[in-house]
Amino acid sequence: MKIYVPMDSAATALGADEVAEVLAREIAARGIDAQIIRNGTRGMIWLEPLVEIDRGDGRIGYGPVTPADVPAILDGSAESLGRVEEIPFFANQTRLTFARCGVIDPLDLDDYAAHGGLAGLTRAIAMSSAEIVQEVADSGLRGRGGAGFPTGIKWKTVAEAAADQKYIVCNADEGDSGTFADRMIMEGDPFTLIEGMAIAGLGVGATRGYVYLRSEYPDAIRVMRAAVKIARQRGMLGADVLGSGRAFDMEIRQGAGAYVCGEETSLLNSLEGKRGVVRAKPPLPALEGFLGKPTVVNNVISLATVPVIFEKGAKHYADFGLGRSRGTVTLQIAGNVKHGGLYETAFGLTLGEVVNGIGGGTATGRPVKAVQVGGPLGAYMPVSKFDTPVGYEEFDKNGGLIGHAGLVVFDDSADMLQMARFAMEFCAVESCGKCTPCRIGAVRGVETIDRIAAGDPGAADLLTDLCETMKDGSLCALGGFTPFPVMSALTQFPDDFACQKEAAE
Amino acid sequence: MLDRAQAPSTEEIREVVMPLAGLEGPLLPMLHALQDTYGLIPEGAVPVLADLLNLGRAEVHGVISFYHDFRDHPTGRHVLKICRAEACQSMGGNALAAATLKKLGVDWHGTTADGAVTVEPIYCLGLCACAPAAMLDGRVVGRLDEDRMGKLLAEVRA
Ligand SMILES: Cc1cc2nc3c(=O)[nH]c(=O)nc-3n(C[C@H](O)[C@H](O)[C@H](O)COP(=O)(O)O)c2cc1C
Ligand code: SF4
Ligand code: FES
Repeated sequence: MKIYVPMDSAATALGADEVAEVLAREIAARGIDAQIIRNGTRGMIWLEPLVEIDRGDGRIGYGPVTPADVPAILDGSAESLGRVEEIPFFANQTRLTFARCGVIDPLDLDDYAAHGGLAGLTRAIAMSSAEIVQEVADSGLRGRGGAGFPTGIKWKTVAEAAADQKYIVCNADEGDSGTFADRMIMEGDPFTLIEGMAIAGLGVGATRGYVYLRSEYPDAIRVMRAAVKIARQRGMLGADVLGSGRAFDMEIRQGAGAYVCGEETSLLNSLEGKRGVVRAKPPLPALEGFLGKPTVVNNVISLATVPVIFEKGAKHYADFGLGRSRGTVTLQIAGNVKHGGLYETAFGLTLGEVVNGIGGGTATGRPVKAVQVGGPLGAYMPVSKFDTPVGYEEFDKNGGLIGHAGLVVFDDSADMLQMARFAMEFCAVESCGKCTPCRIGAVRGVETIDRIAAGDPGAADLLTDLCETMKDGSLCALGGFTPFPVMSALTQFPDDFACQKEAAE
Repeated sequence: MLDRAQAPSTEEIREVVMPLAGLEGPLLPMLHALQDTYGLIPEGAVPVLADLLNLGRAEVHGVISFYHDFRDHPTGRHVLKICRAEACQSMGGNALAAATLKKLGVDWHGTTADGAVTVEPIYCLGLCACAPAAMLDGRVVGRLDEDRMGKLLAEVRA
């Protein structure tokens, strides 16, 4: 008998470690021949801790499990969720990037290989650098870290740059609220990221890689470090990657709690040991990146999607999607939502289908008021925009952005003036300080919103002007995009800004 | 931590950071190593690092002060980081944070009078589908309410 208990931090945050402990004790006490495997999460966070039992005929799920439920589960008398693969939330997904996450033991390289792992890298080793880059271009993969830039074009630039040293840098700073896909894959299937980085290295001629991983994720740091060590011991990394005669090795670096270090040039400065101040572009990091050398900077999900593209072929991946948004999007459904978690699917569902259909509406059971898509720099989408399809261009047309594909749902108790204020406050706290409209503007923004709240009739226009200035005068998207949540709150939910005075009286 | 933070010598500081000197971009790993060892960045570290990495002291200072993680003062025996970001707010995170601070009689970044807990804000722990969330000394907790928070705090103040 095999028993799976996730070690993903969302599961442990809900008590998975305690459940695993009691399970181990009960198994020993009863003399049952069972093995406990700490897997990643399947992504159905509302069911965590989700315990799966395989008695030889498929994995039967129980969840959310408390320590008190353990005896009944082992007796076979507890009510089950049935086969985990058949739970609609899971069954209806197209799992490409996350195919193994929650299925395997994250640190078992043999288990990884038995589930399609290393097939992509093996295929890439037999290809030329130009063919590797072309394969990524043909897949239509666009950066999943926010900007949606075509990954193939980025790799081509680095591949064609001449230099004695090039780098692959993985952006694992995942600072956006509502996002956890990077964390989930690093904790649940770390070899996928390592394999993707190795393929990138072969493709562009880089022999060294770094993962810049935020310090807020101690569990992910631990798993990634362990995985890199195993990959090195087993010859997946090192001087002779899988016997190819070519070198690639990598290190995990810990961030230090600055949101702006998710911006790629700030990240590079931080990696070099400097203040995480944003660099002006050009030069592009692809030409002058880490230590001035040509560098691929890609998000975790972008890189972790590369192995499956090589395993199944670019066309297989590109056949999913909508318009210029090819492949799958790893939606992270979060906040005040009934069925929160990770949902990987082809681009093209509407926002409403995601929030109400897949997410099941709010956790509180109250009406949905707004959904912030794309993190703290993303717009608040009102219910009237729920027919917007999930696609880069489609969201852009509707005044929103997909960003890292995190969705934070709010019910009707949300005060959108307060959310706008928070957006400005966050920008002020996290600004790197390089441009005045961001550094000072955000502070003024908080004050101006407080004036609106106090009933100052001219303050809303002032806020609009200020947002224009921030948009035009900021070097990066922290100052440049903070106006999105602020202005969407102001224009889509005017009542929250108009009634403040009366409400206060 | 307080005791260990009593001004380590230049030698001790060098011992902590020297193994990292061969890295590309060694400053952040060195600062993390120092903070892991002493619970803060000791005052005496700045000249050592400046000397070792051929940087100005002001430059090293500038790096330390840029990042929220690095501190020059000790914390309480435990550090409670409460998420203040949007997903946690959507699930009542603000009220929970306010109640917790009030109960402990501190403001953000403050340490309780008994030296047991320092409370710090954090912006997202990647637990946004089980909000509100917090982290106590590196241990994550999700779907918090005042009751569960009370139990957590009782553990560390006992
Ligand atoms: C303020 C700010 C924060 C960002 N944070 C992240 C982040 O946490 N993770 C990420 O992958 N990209 C982040 N980005 C986007 C990166 O600058 C960059 O576009 C990305 O790493 C490129 O990788 P991709 O092409 O694979 O998406 C951020 C950008 C800005 C302006
Ligand atoms: S917009 Fe803000 S965070 Fe971005 S470079 Fe300017 S000051 Fe720095
Ligand atoms: S917003 Fe609190 S954990 Fe993500």
